[in-house]
Amino acid sequence: MKMEEVAVVGAGQTVFGFDRKETFEELVFEAATAALSDAGGSIGDIDNIVTVSNDFWDGRTISSMSVMSAAGSWNKDISTVEGDGMFGAVYGMMRTLSGSFDATLVVAHVKGSEGRMNLITNGMFDPIYQRPLGIDATISAALQARCYMERTGAGEEDFARVSVKNHGNGLRNPHAHLGMEITIDDVMRSRKISDPLKLYDCSPVSDGAAAIVLSNRRGLKRFRQKPAWIRGAAYCSDSYTLGYRDLADPRALRAAAQKAYRMAGIANPLKELDAAEVYDAYSYMELMWYEGLGLAAEGKGAELLRSGATETGGELPVNPSGGTLSAHPVLVAGLVRLIEAVLQVRGDAGRRQVPGAKRALAHGINGPCGQCHAVMIVEA
Amino acid sequence: MSGKKAFLEGRIKVPYKWYAGETGSRFLSALRDGCELWGTRCPGCGRVYVPAAKNCWECFRPADEWVQVSDTGTVESFTIARRPDEMFGLAPPVVYGLIRLGGAGGSLLHIIGGVNPDDVRVGMQVKAVYAEKRSGRILDIKYFAPLGE
Ligand SMILES: [Zn+2]
Repeated sequence: MKMEEVAVVGAGQTVFGFDRKETFEELVFEAATAALSDAGGSIGDIDNIVTVSNDFWDGRTISSMSVMSAAGSWNKDISTVEGDGMFGAVYGMMRTLSGSFDATLVVAHVKGSEGRMNLITNGMFDPIYQRPLGIDATISAALQARCYMERTGAGEEDFARVSVKNHGNGLRNPHAHLGMEITIDDVMRSRKISDPLKLYDCSPVSDGAAAIVLSNRRGLKRFRQKPAWIRGAAYCSDSYTLGYRDLADPRALRAAAQKAYRMAGIANPLKELDAAEVYDAYSYMELMWYEGLGLAAEGKGAELLRSGATETGGELPVNPSGGTLSAHPVLVAGLVRLIEAVLQVRGDAGRRQVPGAKRALAHGINGPCGQCHAVMIVEA
Repeated sequence: MSGKKAFLEGRIKVPYKWYAGETGSRFLSALRDGCELWGTRCPGCGRVYVPAAKNCWECFRPADEWVQVSDTGTVESFTIARRPDEMFGLAPPVVYGLIRLGGAGGSLLHIIGGVNPDDVRVGMQVKAVYAEKRSGRILDIKYFAPLGE
């Protein structure tokens, strides 16, 4: 199926960090106005709004209602996604394609610093069989990392190499929370969190917000920014229950990616894409997602990284922004992947620009250990 | 005009009573009353779900054949959590494992105990150790311990 035409015509993101001085409503306002200004439009040009929020992170029920005004929704149609921002982008795209709306604003926010990550992520598991054990996002990720090591023979140093690459890239991104020049040794010697994961294998908990403006062809005349066309978009989900999903096999990502590639007419993603932004909440994930995205053969994620292909200057730079390892505003991070892909194909990525990038991929995840995956391909 | 950041420290405490369902209730009762682990087999794919599940989501049909599974299994993955959240009152480090019980079609998430964490390996055989006082909860299995030589 070839896609109807819809484009990202505006993108805005806050600086990500811990303990931002704004409230989450203020962060939403900052990102929304940045996206509108980037689009060269104003709130009056928007027909409908999609917000992304999670009640546990906000410590408020139906917290979507509390950011409506900050997103400029007075007198407009508004709807909410409870999940990663990339799924908000997918929903916004659908609404734009529906024919009912020509221009859509999508905003996502989180103030990770206000809650407690371990408890909040414990809350995503089954309350009867898994939650009482004290499991959280990091503990479940560590179980997945070990499954991946067992299946592929990848080692902790391979994971460390992802951390070195992405934290190094983060230094060139003014929005990043944690850009750092570190060595494999630094990662290996960092504090053990949940073996095999160490401190520098884990993304930081960040505060921040991000927003995009989506438009169909009819809506384009309202904006001045050059459009980044969405050429492929797909998502797919795997089993919820840890233990009844092969944690080392990213089959949901494979399905989503293949569908998005077909829509975009991509046969060899490693060659045909110029940049990719993937959801590396933990270092090892990037290697698994290489395989799921078909950039590396099964079990060869670490090999692809070692070849240098995904480094800055490589055949397909992955996470030139520094990725989620350099800033992890939960819920926002997937939308940031899309924004970074858009900036790349527009040539607006500043010091993290991949020279001449024309086609880029963005990837978001939802649920424990990447239960659900969304993939988008954007083109200048 | 400048000032220190003002925060309100709070906590949301809402009591819940989560129902385990008929199938889950039967699973938890067998665990409590007889230290037995039961699963349900899906007639479509043959997979045995432990804890017992009413439906097989892969085949999208009821998994309605009850089968007892072994309380001995193989460690498929594990992690040594250095600092699980203090709210759970666990003494760290805590070893978590995905344990494939004999006869089960997937693995069970639980705690591995009675062993030096550094000695835990993938492929290790472990057996359920039950709590003395059981109340129909997953922690009626205290932990899984390595099978004695
Ligand atoms: Zn089945």
